[in-house]
Amino acid sequence: MKRAVAVLGVAVLACATAAQAAPDPARIAAGHYQAILADCLGCHTAPGGKPFAGGLVLETPFGKLATPNITPDRDTGIGGWSPAQFRDAIKSGVAPGGRRLYPAMPYPSYARISDADINDLWTYLGTVAPVRNRVNVNLLSFPFNIRALMVGWNWLFFKPAAAASKPGKSADLIRGEYLVNGPGHCGACHTPKNLFGADRAAALTGASLSGWFAPDITAQARRGVGSWRVGELVTYLKSGHNSHSMASGPMAEVIENSTAQMRDTDLSAIAAYLKDVPGDGASPTALAANGARMKAGAALYEENCQGCHNPGGDGQSIIFPPLAANPVVQQASAETLIRVVLAGTQAAQTARAPTAAAMPSFAWRLDDAQVADILTYIRNAWGNAAGAVSPNRVARSRAALQRR
Amino acid sequence: MSAALTFCRRRFLASVAALPVLTASHALARSLSGIKPPFSPFAGDPPKPINPLGWYFLRPAEVAMMEAIVDRFIPGDHLSPGGKDAGCATFIDRQLAGSFGTSSRLYTKGPFMPGLPTQGYQGELTPAGRYRLGLARLADHVRTHYAGKDFAALNHGQQDEVLAGLESGKIELKLAPGFSSRAFFELMLQNTMEGFFADPLYGGNRGMASWKMIGFPGARYDYRDYVDKHNQPYPHGPVSIYGEHA
Amino acid sequence: MARLLPRKDVVIMGLGWTGSILAQELTTAGLEVLALERGPWRDTASDFNIGYMPDELRYAIRKDLFLQPAQEAMTMRNNRTQTALPMRDYGSFLPGAGVGGAGVHWNGQCWRYAPTDFECKSHLTRRYGARKIAELQLQDWGVTFDEIEHCYDRYEYLCGTSGKAGVIKGVVQPGGNPFEGSRSREYPNPPLKMPYSSSLFTKAALEYGLHPFPSPSANVSRPYVNSLGVAMGECTYCGYCERFGCANYSKSTPQTTILPVLIKKRNFELRTECEVMKINLHPDGKSAKSITYVDATGTEYEQPGDLVILCGYGLMNVRMMFLSGIGKPYDPRTGDGVVGRNYCYQTGGGGATLFFDDKRFNPFMGAGALISAAHDFNGDVFDHSNLDFVGGASISSGQTNGRPIGSRPTPPGTPRWGSQWKAATAATYGHVMNIGGSGSSYATRGNYLDLDPTYTDSHGRPLLRITFDFPDNDIRMQNWVGTQVEKIARSLNPKAMTMGKASKGWNVVPYQSTHNTGGAIMGADPKTSAVNRYLQCWDVSNVFVMGASAFPQNAAVNPTGTVCALAYWAAEAIRDRYIKHPGPLVPA
Repeated sequence: MKRAVAVLGVAVLACATAAQAAPDPARIAAGHYQAILADCLGCHTAPGGKPFAGGLVLETPFGKLATPNITPDRDTGIGGWSPAQFRDAIKSGVAPGGRRLYPAMPYPSYARISDADINDLWTYLGTVAPVRNRVNVNLLSFPFNIRALMVGWNWLFFKPAAAASKPGKSADLIRGEYLVNGPGHCGACHTPKNLFGADRAAALTGASLSGWFAPDITAQARRGVGSWRVGELVTYLKSGHNSHSMASGPMAEVIENSTAQMRDTDLSAIAAYLKDVPGDGASPTALAANGARMKAGAALYEENCQGCHNPGGDGQSIIFPPLAANPVVQQASAETLIRVVLAGTQAAQTARAPTAAAMPSFAWRLDDAQVADILTYIRNAWGNAAGAVSPNRVARSRAALQRR
Repeated sequence: MSAALTFCRRRFLASVAALPVLTASHALARSLSGIKPPFSPFAGDPPKPINPLGWYFLRPAEVAMMEAIVDRFIPGDHLSPGGKDAGCATFIDRQLAGSFGTSSRLYTKGPFMPGLPTQGYQGELTPAGRYRLGLARLADHVRTHYAGKDFAALNHGQQDEVLAGLESGKIELKLAPGFSSRAFFELMLQNTMEGFFADPLYGGNRGMASWKMIGFPGARYDYRDYVDKHNQPYPHGPVSIYGEHA
Repeated sequence: MARLLPRKDVVIMGLGWTGSILAQELTTAGLEVLALERGPWRDTASDFNIGYMPDELRYAIRKDLFLQPAQEAMTMRNNRTQTALPMRDYGSFLPGAGVGGAGVHWNGQCWRYAPTDFECKSHLTRRYGARKIAELQLQDWGVTFDEIEHCYDRYEYLCGTSGKAGVIKGVVQPGGNPFEGSRSREYPNPPLKMPYSSSLFTKAALEYGLHPFPSPSANVSRPYVNSLGVAMGECTYCGYCERFGCANYSKSTPQTTILPVLIKKRNFELRTECEVMKINLHPDGKSAKSITYVDATGTEYEQPGDLVILCGYGLMNVRMMFLSGIGKPYDPRTGDGVVGRNYCYQTGGGGATLFFDDKRFNPFMGAGALISAAHDFNGDVFDHSNLDFVGGASISSGQTNGRPIGSRPTPPGTPRWGSQWKAATAATYGHVMNIGGSGSSYATRGNYLDLDPTYTDSHGRPLLRITFDFPDNDIRMQNWVGTQVEKIARSLNPKAMTMGKASKGWNVVPYQSTHNTGGAIMGADPKTSAVNRYLQCWDVSNVFVMGASAFPQNAAVNPTGTVCALAYWAAEAIRDRYIKHPGPLVPA
């Protein structure tokens, strides 16, 4: 469980850096904010585990990795590191002793963070409760477990220079670009990847990751945030929902640990930037309502879904998200939709929206064809337009989910 | 443009057992503090549809009796199939083979004393025990009074006569303390009706026959558009828990 | 040997409605609060899945969500000439189980009691003289309606109660209950949509000169965000309300209104599947020092706490007082003592079942509180001077469900099986409405609770024994109200009609009501009450006892609203006065 972390005041530091005066509370607070921007907590805390003590297993296309312990414990954490070693790890992907990190640790994004901010982050992490937790990080199978391969990967794909600011952009957009592509590392999930797991060019247009599809967050009108006002995007990041959509799954955690705690000015900057990333102009045609699959889907929707999502797909208040005009429903990939219907999902819990309601699992009741019909229907009803979903696609997801 | 490796960032899947349904995580979480309400994917305890083949509790002679009894309680006609074709005997069999039959929910500590009518059942026999004993004694009674025949071999009038006799108390089988013939009749009637009107997953109400007959829509959940349409029939047929349509 | 655990500020037994309210209030005040709940964690998506919740057999007939008698049973008898025997299955009333308790599967009828209910004895004595109530053991509550009005308001705004106010700041409002106590403001949500049966009843009641109104409903009529920021969906009239968990967050329960906020708090801890064995007192018996409980593995623990609050179902709270030696047990022979005193129930019977050929009710479209009521014959609204009883009933009609195992009426005289039975069932289902009365249940000397001398639970502790029958006064009252119901029913010209009758001989088998009240009653006098007006034990000042066990007698309508208002009332007293000066809040 997340324990209170002593931030201010007299902190007895287990940090192994040479005995020094208690750090400046302002630096600790600044470092805490860096941790929020970068969402260190989200990856470096296992379910039910102590904060930053590592042990969360990440599933990559190349195998499993467990996140390391970044508490100041000398033995099992990073208490024995120096500030410079910490900086090299975060920004260059090189751990003490020249050990290469895998970019599951998003050092290519974090390379954008200034040394001063990294130093504040280091100061903050030094105040976190040390936890003795030895994590076996490298669970990848051969040959991916050879870290030295990352040297070649970095040479091919890692360009650590800061992105040049686009001329004429406002301070808000510049800040937003930095937050999204730097500490926020949004592209880590939202940018599609090539075979080597590196970013493809279509930044932030959506990507698949282990049973979820992180949606397009460009200004695409239908699939992205193009039809959201900046204020609505800020509300979403702050509370986990807005009148268009609701966060659950991996994004719920991001909101809880990261964006809900960001300053409003930073949220506005992120929102402004995302709405400035041009989306493609695609405008698909919805499937005809009188098609056989649409009619089958509509009947199933009435029996299974409308009790919460309403007959018109408009959802209810802040508890059940709308499906009409919801970008999550209209992504190129239906992966998120399939898993949400099969396994259920839970909303983000924020101070503004504490309900944390959950959608129940329907895997026991709906077969693959039924799930496919319902999803085809909701993707093309009420003004939505997106590709149909095939029963085979549902079957593949079901098998994959149940294998985990 | 920064680069990163695809990865799964969340805690949902790696440790979840590969079952389509899972006892909810609450069974494990005995101390909750400072957390979001627990959620795990696939959590839930859906009812298990019975296997419709075979008999789990009733013996062949008992099966024959029960099928005949449920067919008199609920005869087949133009309104619906009879109790037997509706699966009522199968329903009762599966109930007796499960926790209802064994009284696992109930208070079964002694001493067992005779009770007043206001004090409810005080006998020692579980429902499974009551059927076993009751059907045996009933079979004896029928053989004695109907020239050696089994209940199933009687004609309908005779079968109704026997059942009415149990219902009224005119027929007094020698059963057990706290368990009279009338109580046995009531138990069989109640279970038959349960089977006839329950969701088909439990073995009875095959094809949702009873729900079609009375116009009960079954496992639906949203009547907002209809509740204030007074005196008008609901336009949809029944649906079962597992999504069967009429 | 029990393992001793670190001390907590507050230890709460049971995490249902009152446990959740007290825990939320006291953690907000900064205290470290532990709740011990003997049942499992329950919540909507994992336990009330919308696809399998509509299962009458499992939840309504086999009672899957309720307290299993194997875990705790009780014994009963009508009077002391009988030997009490165990309720081997619950029938007449169905206690809850698990986190949320009965608050999970209740109907959601969210009432306030009337002002005169709180001063029952003194009011009736003033109006009719002492002889009128001599056969009863009525008592005043020690609080007034006006004192707790703001607590009712808090609970209603927590729940999103949907209704129509009848009196706001002294001004009668059209469409509400004109006889209700004056409230400070309107309900947070408008009433539910009115079904056919309620509309017919409303029309008939108006023509009869009554003042019908929509029952206040904790099945919320529109999406709602409550006072804690917790969101609820809108009721979809599914007809699977009482006995079921709500699948779409539209019934107010601890889960849907409080728990998401409460369990996020680091100063709150919930331990589930931990059964309280007893409260341990200090040697002088004047204060509690700890609770002994057993966890799911059978390990025994001693949990010290500065403040102990019993928040189980009322009957369980009373039993716990007996088992722990808190308070003087009541003796029905002498009328002395307080624990177990004034046990009451709810009076039923005297209702009408109306059969029609030309009216279709769609009874399966229902909600637990989808009812219209009239209180013209409730409480002391009407003049009893020439009547041979006191008290009254709420008359009502509506649609809670049409689940066919339990509800498939046939006209009088129809056989119960066979072809005629079937034809009548098919022809009748959906063409029947009911008008009923829910009546007050007044205390008598002979109705009480104590520990059974013979029967024990799985831990060897004596079961609670209920000695109860309906008082003659209440039977007369209910049947008199029945005569009014009959007239209203007849005015609707049904094809056929049957009338029920209230009668003596409380029978534990058929379901009647889960409104068990009394046994740890509140009052102004420690000689005749177990807890004071803040629900604090007179004898053991760091023990508070919540629940309907505090009611000196029961009024006509459902207790939950009042139970929860009193929980807020007690929480305020603890937060504003007790914490600063622990000790008796009322001089004995």
